[in-house]
Amino acid sequence: MNPRRKKRLTIVASILIGISVVAGLVLYALSQNIDLFYTPSEITQGKKDSGIKPSVGQRIRIGGLVVPGSVKRDPDNLKVSFKLSDMKMPISFHESDHMVTVYYDGILPDLFRESQGIVANGRLTRGNSGNLHVDASEVLAKHDENYMPTELADAQGKDYKKLEYSDKQLDNKN
Amino acid sequence: MWKWLHPYANPEVSYHFAGKLLPWLTVLSVLFLSIGIVWALAFAPADYQQGHSFRIFYIHVPAASLSMGIYLGMAIAAFTSMVWQFKLADASAAAMAPVGAIFTAIALITGAAWGKPMWGTWWIWDARLTSELILLFLYLGIIALHSAFEDKNLAGKAAGILTLVGVINLPIIKYSVEWWNTLHQGSTVSKLGKPSMTMDMLWPFLFCFIGFILLVTLIICIRFRSEILARNSIRPWVRTLVLTQTALKENS
Repeated sequence: MNPRRKKRLTIVASILIGISVVAGLVLYALSQNIDLFYTPSEITQGKKDSGIKPSVGQRIRIGGLVVPGSVKRDPDNLKVSFKLSDMKMPISFHESDHMVTVYYDGILPDLFRESQGIVANGRLTRGNSGNLHVDASEVLAKHDENYMPTELADAQGKDYKKLEYSDKQLDNKN
Repeated sequence: MWKWLHPYANPEVSYHFAGKLLPWLTVLSVLFLSIGIVWALAFAPADYQQGHSFRIFYIHVPAASLSMGIYLGMAIAAFTSMVWQFKLADASAAAMAPVGAIFTAIALITGAAWGKPMWGTWWIWDARLTSELILLFLYLGIIALHSAFEDKNLAGKAAGILTLVGVINLPIIKYSVEWWNTLHQGSTVSKLGKPSMTMDMLWPFLFCFIGFILLVTLIICIRFRSEILARNSIRPWVRTLVLTQTALKENS
């Protein structure tokens, strides 16, 4: 390689390395803010590396798995509440998991199921019993990266029914 | 070691080489895409939760990977042009930019169309979606720089700098779903050896993916050839080429 090319190569390479270092540092500094949501354990315990905890009354997003059996629906209207716990692989639930209850009034997304990932957007409040919960204004379903044909899901005995709404519930929506 | 590459630095040789690839690429891309798309849209089994909506995956994932792949190709071209002052590399980068921009747009639009019924929203400012949107803006900036200067060497230099600076966005897009909490799901097919879908869903994807790669190569070859002609329009070989082509047309 002739000296001029070598010089250009060094210049270009050092600029690229410089940019990557800067970008890496910026992303590291911002890493708390790039997260889309808090997990339930981060809301109760604070973030792992920084200990930052959302305060009561703050608008936050919470993301977690819907705890099986925790979905409570009002038969007369669209009010619904459910508990979220941290996402972990493989999926499992324990009594001792950190859980946060989410209250919502509206139609849930099609992919809303028990043990499905959910991201809810709302205000963090403290209930009468002292537990933290989220009054959600928006609930989004977080799909995982797994796809499966219907026959296979049936064979594995997966329950994948959509939620159904009665006419009464739909009439009372505001 | 690289001696065999040297003839291709000549625009005329590269022009004719790209021309020889065209029929092959056309036949193969039509073959792969028609098999892949028909298989994916009509015969692949529906997902147990998403039903038929999941089929958008067969367009969305190839488009998104290619939006990054084309950028990487453009960055390599910009790098060679900068270090070795190799003019054809600029022509190829200019040929790639609009194709990459279109595929980024396809990935964003199909993603939004899937997001509305599945997530419940068209758009969310999570790390994956935002970084892919930045990729689209990078492409648009690069296209603008390529056409902002009368002098094509200067244009290539300016666009090349932006391209190389933007490379930093590629790993961010790729790993955004692992580094941060996002609404976007993790990768399905690129997990080595263990894709998260069954084979009867994966095969049509592979056909679509290879088909789209061939299609992109084809479009880039066509654009590369016209870039070469435009940049060498005063050269005698281009004049002879154009004159013989017009003579052939008039005779037929």
